[in-house]
Amino acid sequence: METLGRAFGDALQLLWSMDTDLFEIVGLTLQVTLVALAIALLLGIPMGAALGLAKHLPGRAFIVPLIYTGMGLPPVAVGLFTYLFLSNQGPLGSLGWLFTPAGMIVAQTIIAFPLVLGLTMAAVQGVDPDLPLQMRSLGATRRQIALTTLVESRIGVTAAVVAAYGSIISEVGAVMLVGGNIEGETRVLTTAIVLETRKGNFALALALGMILLTLAFLTNLVFHRLQVRQGGP
Amino acid sequence: MTNAYTLTHVTQRYGDRCVVDVASLRIRTGGILGIVGPSGAGKSTLLRLLNFLEPPTEGQIDYRGTSIGGDPPLSLRREVTTVFQRPILLRRSVAANVRIAQRIRGAASDDDAVGQWLDRLGLSDLSDAPVRTLSAGEAQRVALARALVVGPSVLLLDEPTGNLDPYNVGLIEEIIRSDNTERGTTVVVVTHDPFQARRLADRTGLMISGRMVEIADTDAFFSDPQRPETAAFLRGDLVY
Repeated sequence: METLGRAFGDALQLLWSMDTDLFEIVGLTLQVTLVALAIALLLGIPMGAALGLAKHLPGRAFIVPLIYTGMGLPPVAVGLFTYLFLSNQGPLGSLGWLFTPAGMIVAQTIIAFPLVLGLTMAAVQGVDPDLPLQMRSLGATRRQIALTTLVESRIGVTAAVVAAYGSIISEVGAVMLVGGNIEGETRVLTTAIVLETRKGNFALALALGMILLTLAFLTNLVFHRLQVRQGGP
Repeated sequence: MTNAYTLTHVTQRYGDRCVVDVASLRIRTGGILGIVGPSGAGKSTLLRLLNFLEPPTEGQIDYRGTSIGGDPPLSLRREVTTVFQRPILLRRSVAANVRIAQRIRGAASDDDAVGQWLDRLGLSDLSDAPVRTLSAGEAQRVALARALVVGPSVLLLDEPTGNLDPYNVGLIEEIIRSDNTERGTTVVVVTHDPFQARRLADRTGLMISGRMVEIADTDAFFSDPQRPETAAFLRGDLVY
């Protein structure tokens, strides 16, 4: 308990001193997470909406369980596959992305994409099934019907964004394997916490942990404000 | 007198079930047609056909002299709209729900028109309220405002006051009547309540098992029904 208390005090002091290395780690964490999230959203929201609307799609009975499985992918397994793909002997080895932020973004996109896809699909399916008929009766085109349905499911879609963000900012297995935790290059908050804990630098590890939690909280605060403005609870 | 719709040998089948089987039906431009009948008679399906929401299995639907094929042109489709029994509103404010009908048509939203309709339907104070806070009657009035704000040529109503209290029924009927008088809107109102048809419609038809059993001027329909089924239905006997 005493160790914890001392570590906590030291952590606050470290945060106060605003170490430049610390800022680099925070910056890279946000960069990797947000770029991966953006790609996952750009792909996952339109595809999830299409799947949610296409209730009679052939192969649906197979696709949906596949997506649900993807939503629970173990990050360390994703990291391993991405590692093998990006390694020198791998099919994408020529890209030279192993142990770079680009490789970490690939791995995190693979983790976030099924979450966005599956939760967007569920959100769109949750919209009143008679809404398309009503919209068509008001003169809407198919495109307008799809867009209105997606906007109507916005609270659920925001939840998809929150879930995807939370899963990748806190993820350690994939970024550790693919990024390699190289100081000044691929070190992010989660991998730094693992390293500092192993080294016995509990104060620094705790400071990093507090920053990670604060980042997650601040972002979710923003998402929640958005949900409330959209008429959510 | 011109006809908004002319239906010839129109049938609608879902699998083996024939839901609508109308040999001939003319709907007058600018009139109010009431369609009564027991539930399951095909009234709602007929309205969906009139709104071009689904094509008929067989037969011919002419709308204002144009034969309607599988997917009618958008401009034509946008002359007709339906208010369903359940007001299917978007999770937004009252005003935004009325505005959506203008938005769909790509028209710049006309807040004056929206305000005017909200005012006429007694919803002005609720303009910014989220629709989930509305009562059933208020929600249905929003649906009616949304339909009328774009000035449709044809207004189809499917049990528009099915579950509402007399105050809301009166208000909604009054708006339908005055819009019909002022703009000459063609109205078709489906109701299981013969008294509503009697109050609103200038012509009334009885549908049973997909067929139009009798259709006549409302006064004649109620005072001198020609078919035994009509007489039985008006007496309150069970017909099906």
